[in-house]
Amino acid sequence: MSTKLQILKLDVWFETIHAVKNLDLEIKSNEILGIIGPSNSGKTSLLRTLNRLTELYPNSRTTGEILMDGENIFRQIDVQALRKRVGIVFALPLPLPLSIFDNIAYGPRLHGIKDKTKLAEIVEKSLKAAAIWDEVKDRLQTNAFKLSGGQQQRLCIARTLAVEPEVILYDEPCSGLDPISTLKVEEAMQELKKNYTQILVTNNVKQSARVSDRTAFFLMGELIELGETKQIFTVPRDKRTEDYITGRFG
Amino acid sequence: MRDTQRTERIAFAVLLIATIIVIIPVGLIVLLVLWRGLPALTPEFLLAMPRDGMRAGGIFPAIVGTFYLTLGTAAFAIPFGILAAIYLNEYAGQNWLTRVIEIAIINLAGVPSIVYGLFGLGLFVTFLGFGASILAGSLTLSIMTLPVIITATREALSTVPRSFREVSFSLGASRWQTVRHVVLPNAIPGILTGTILGLSRAAGETAPILFTVAAFYLPRLPQSVYDQAMALPYHIYVLSTQVPNVSVKIQYGTVLALVLMVFLLNITASVIRAKFRKRKTW
Amino acid sequence: MKKSVEFIIEKLVLLSGIASIVFVILIFVFLLKEGLSLFGETNLFSFLFGKNWYPISDPPQFGILPLILGSLLVTLGAIVIAVPLGIAAAVYVAEVAPVWLRDILKSGIELLAAIPSIVLGFIGIVTLAPFLKNVFHLPSGLTALAGSIMLAFMALPTIVSIIEDAIVSVPKNYREGSLALGATRWQTIYRVILPAASSGILAAIMLGIGRVIGETMAVLMITGNAAVLPTSILQPVRTLTATIAAEMGEAVSGSGHYYSLFAIGIILFIFSFIINLLADFFLHRKRA
Repeated sequence: MSTKLQILKLDVWFETIHAVKNLDLEIKSNEILGIIGPSNSGKTSLLRTLNRLTELYPNSRTTGEILMDGENIFRQIDVQALRKRVGIVFALPLPLPLSIFDNIAYGPRLHGIKDKTKLAEIVEKSLKAAAIWDEVKDRLQTNAFKLSGGQQQRLCIARTLAVEPEVILYDEPCSGLDPISTLKVEEAMQELKKNYTQILVTNNVKQSARVSDRTAFFLMGELIELGETKQIFTVPRDKRTEDYITGRFG
Repeated sequence: MRDTQRTERIAFAVLLIATIIVIIPVGLIVLLVLWRGLPALTPEFLLAMPRDGMRAGGIFPAIVGTFYLTLGTAAFAIPFGILAAIYLNEYAGQNWLTRVIEIAIINLAGVPSIVYGLFGLGLFVTFLGFGASILAGSLTLSIMTLPVIITATREALSTVPRSFREVSFSLGASRWQTVRHVVLPNAIPGILTGTILGLSRAAGETAPILFTVAAFYLPRLPQSVYDQAMALPYHIYVLSTQVPNVSVKIQYGTVLALVLMVFLLNITASVIRAKFRKRKTW
Repeated sequence: MKKSVEFIIEKLVLLSGIASIVFVILIFVFLLKEGLSLFGETNLFSFLFGKNWYPISDPPQFGILPLILGSLLVTLGAIVIAVPLGIAAAVYVAEVAPVWLRDILKSGIELLAAIPSIVLGFIGIVTLAPFLKNVFHLPSGLTALAGSIMLAFMALPTIVSIIEDAIVSVPKNYREGSLALGATRWQTIYRVILPAASSGILAAIMLGIGRVIGETMAVLMITGNAAVLPTSILQPVRTLTATIAAEMGEAVSGSGHYYSLFAIGIILFIFSFIINLLADFFLHRKRA
């Protein structure tokens, strides 16, 4: 498998908090990389650095390099183009106060697609890929806030897919969802593997075990251990990893 | 225990009385103006020119003048105000420039209205040579209204959840696209409400227009923005202090006309606020 | 294309933001430009402390002490009336009143804020002045007291709404903590909530003073307009603002009289600047 993202000596600060420390990490094309670790371990900061959302916080600072397909995302790729290529699904379902259709069409419209039939195609394709089309196809014009939490979250995944990204970041995407909705989101992720590189940050260790190909364990901003998911969960090399996945702390 | 409860009852009674002292006169004033003013408010009074040195006839030119001034104020103050608020809330960082702008706005809001009058006289009437005119008056009023619109717009913008912006940015939107498609549509009701309230204040102001536009007695309609105009607030001043033997009916009629105009704007603002609050889904 | 739109808009909003600074500077510059010319004819000391305001006598005298004292007297009176009433009304609205009444009271206060000052001035002439004349057996009811009462009402909406905001923003756990210890609601209000809201109350008083000092039309109409050193609150007085409004119309452009009115404008501007900075300071201290 080829390398999609190459992180080199990355440090991220928020004001005085050193959120990510001297990180080297390689993410392969079409894999699902699970990132686990207790809160404040730098998982979310890393995720938001990958599409430069950290820059919305005036007090954040980043050093080091991140290469996507060999290009430096800070210097060689325009920030809006980067965010189009690296989509994110947030912890809470965050629909915009628009109809279901307009939520999905929001991104494509930003990037200049105006043709109605083209937009309708994209909406349908995205909703299908996020496994929610059958539930909403008859009410695309209703307000997205009318959907249930699980439906909203799959809507958000569909919205991310609609701009045709290459990488999808998930920031604890199921933290607010019931088990059935969680399962549906996880199934959607498996379906998406064919076309996308996915990074899943989760507080739920078992979710990473179920979904991801490789798993990385973070603690206090540092990458402690990275390996095949099976290996991490059966024969972790680091004592701290073992303690965390067996629930002894965190 | 009983003592403390009695103290509380007495204290609350005193608070209630104080509140009544504040509120009752408001009701009385409104009732008085309605009661004495309504009989005067005939179509003839509203639509006729003043006659006999304003002791007879109507107040049409004053109504039209105030209407033009409010419109002129809106034309200058709304775009500037909204853009400035967008800058402060969506673009500016937390730095010294932002702080200086904020202090400037606070001070603009506090400058006495008569000082705006002097400023308008110095800059627009004299220095820029607009003369006493609708243009000079509108510009003066709009600078006075600017802080109101900026503050209200900023508040409206800041009620739009931060997460909406993040979602938009995360999909590759630029800052302006985010403002235009996500922030503004959700802030519009608040912006409208605040803007209309600001305009209603401008419509009722007298001091800023005294030397910049207001005509004492001009029984015809203004023809261009370089014309002087009569205005309702100034007309009330003239009728109640400058012209002897004006009938009470004409005085109250003019007062009621201004009050109605101002209240109409206020009610519009409240209706917009209430209507959109109901429709809000987030 | 997209980039250039973005660039233009960025500059446009920045300019609009900076416009506020420009306007403040312009106001000050134009007041100075006209006002400072006065000091060829008189000096700062005799302007501020001269007891005689005879701007069109020959030779003219430009002493604004009577006007300053007039403004201070009327303001002091208004604040003495408005602050206790304002605090009481704000506490009642925020803490005591049932919800249905709260909405009515707030609308009433909003209504008061919406009434133009010229209308209040007119109402003052036709109702308050005759009333005061009869009560105190005065030759005319148009006095400093009439001005103070009217101005108190104009300042009340500002004072009440800012104090109410300050009270509402006192953290809930202060209130619950106090009530949990067995304090009554009233004890909680004056021992816990009012001290916690004190910065907001100070800011409200500052802004109230600013509003009162700057008010023009109502005081022009009901304070009787006598530019003499005031000795009693039942006397006619003349404020700084009213002097400008009343005399600018007749002042010959470029005369000492004209310049002196701008010089009064400078005093008012500086005063409002200080008041508003103070109020802002108190409001920010509250947040910190």
